[in-house]
Amino acid sequence: MPEHFDILVLGAGPAGLAAARTAARSGLTVGLVDEQSAPGGQIGRRPIWLRPSRLRPSRAFRETIDALRSDSRITYFPGERVVACEKGPALVTETPHGCAMLTGGSLILATGARELVLPFPGWTLPGVMALGGLQVLAKGGWPVAGGGIVLAGSGPLLLASARTLRQAGAQIHAIVEQASRQAVLRFLAGLPAWPTKVLQTLAFAPGMLRMGYETDAFVVEALGQGVLEAVRIESRGRRRIVPCSYLGIGMGLIPNVEAARGLGCALEGNPHPAVAVNAFQETSQRGIYAAGEITGIGGAELARLEGAIAGYAAAGNLTRARALSARRAHWMRFGAHLMRQFALRDSIRQLAEPMTIICRCEDVTLGAIDQVSDAGTLKLLTRLGMGACQGRMCQPALAELRPRYRPGATSGIPRPPLFPARLETLAGLAPGEPL
Amino acid sequence: MKTIALTVDGVAVTVVEGASAAAAVAARTHVFHHSRTGHPRGPFCGMGQCFECRIRINGRLALACLERASSGMAITTGA
Repeated sequence: MPEHFDILVLGAGPAGLAAARTAARSGLTVGLVDEQSAPGGQIGRRPIWLRPSRLRPSRAFRETIDALRSDSRITYFPGERVVACEKGPALVTETPHGCAMLTGGSLILATGARELVLPFPGWTLPGVMALGGLQVLAKGGWPVAGGGIVLAGSGPLLLASARTLRQAGAQIHAIVEQASRQAVLRFLAGLPAWPTKVLQTLAFAPGMLRMGYETDAFVVEALGQGVLEAVRIESRGRRRIVPCSYLGIGMGLIPNVEAARGLGCALEGNPHPAVAVNAFQETSQRGIYAAGEITGIGGAELARLEGAIAGYAAAGNLTRARALSARRAHWMRFGAHLMRQFALRDSIRQLAEPMTIICRCEDVTLGAIDQVSDAGTLKLLTRLGMGACQGRMCQPALAELRPRYRPGATSGIPRPPLFPARLETLAGLAPGEPL
Repeated sequence: MKTIALTVDGVAVTVVEGASAAAAVAARTHVFHHSRTGHPRGPFCGMGQCFECRIRINGRLALACLERASSGMAITTGA
C-alpha cells in the first residue's frame, strides 16, 4: 500500500526543507524524499572532517534540524531516489535495498541543479571533475591532499570549492575564472545590495588571492596518460601547462527539470530551460509546485524563499505566501546579477575538437554528431543521450555547442524511469497501480 | 577519527567513518570503469547524475558518490 501525505516534497536541499517546514507549520503532513543520505542538498553537505560539535550552526543547518527533528508532521525519507513521478501525485522511490510508493494531495518539486561542463579535449580523463562535484567528493573523504589541484570555470562556486579543498589539505595550483576582470569587478560593485553576500565574499577574498585567482583565463585541454597529469590554461592569448592531479571545472548551474518535464509541467528559457511557475510557485499542472534552482538559478537564499512560498501556498495559506514575495524579488535580482556578470565567453564553446567525446555514456564524438544533419535522427544514428545518464550530461553541453540540436518545444515528454532502476523496483509495483 | 575496513576488488582498504563509497574506491584506484570504447573513467559530477562512478557493492549496482562506505562492504569496480 502506498504511504499517503497531504504534501509530498521531492528534494531536501534549501528549497525542499523550507517547503516541508512551512507546509507542516500550516498543519499538513509532509513526506520529504531525498536521494542523499543527509539533508541540506549539495550546498549543505557537511565535511567528514568536521565533528558535529564543531559545526558552525549556519542558517541552513538550523532550518534542517528545525524541520526534521522538531516537527512530527514531517516524515523524512533519506537515501531514496525517485525513479518515477505520476500525476495524482505519486512517487516511486528506490533505495539500496527496496522500493516504495508515496502518494500526496499535492507535490512540491525541489530537485535543484547540476553543473554545466562544456566538453574540451581530455575532459573524460579520470581526475577531471565537475567543480562542485570535486568539492562534495572531498567533503565525503576523497583523498585530495596528495596531488595539486586546478579549479576552472566561472562564478562564486570557484571560491567556495577552493576553500573546502584547502580545508581538506589540497594544494591549489591555480583558480581560473573565464569572466573578464571588468565583469568580476562589476559583480563585486553590485554586491552591496545583498549585504550577506558582501560578508561571504570578504571571507573568501584573502585566501583566493593567495591561491592565485586569475580572470580572463580558461582550461583548453586536459593532459595525461590514463589519468589527469596536467592542464593547458589560456590566459589573455597566452598558453601555459600546469601539472595537477585534479581539475575541478564548472561553467555554472542548470536546473534539474527531468521530473517536472515528465509530469507535463511547462518549461521556459533557453538553452537550459527552467520550470515555469506563477506567483505562488505553482507550475502549469494544478497542485504541482516547483521551488529553488529548478525554477531558475538564483542561489540558496532565493531557494529557501521559494520553498517557503510553495509550502504555504500548497497548504492554502496564501496570505503568508504573499508576504514573502518582496524578499523573493530581491533575491531574484541577485540571481540575474550573477548570471549577467558570469556569462560564458564564446571561445569556451569552441574548445571541443572532432575527436572530443560529447556523450560520455556512449562515447559519441563531436565529429560523429556533426555528420548528422537532422536533429530528429541524432539519437538513432549516434545513440547520443541514450546511456545511463539519459542525456543529463551531454544534452545541455550540446545545446551550447550546437544550438540546432536543442530539444524543441515539440519534443516528447520523457518516459519513466527518470533514472536507471532495478527490475525488482518496476516489478514491485502492484498490477493496476499507475505506471 | 574512527576508521572502517572494507575491500575494493578484493584488496583491504581503510577509510574514515562517514566517507563515501567513492572515497573508499579512490584509496585504491581512480579508474572506476572503462567506457564503451575502452577509455578509463572515474567520478565526474559527484552528485548522482553522470553515472561515471558506478560500482558494485556486494554485487548490487550502485553509485559510489551517493552511498556511504560501511564496514565489511565488498566493492568491485568495472561495473
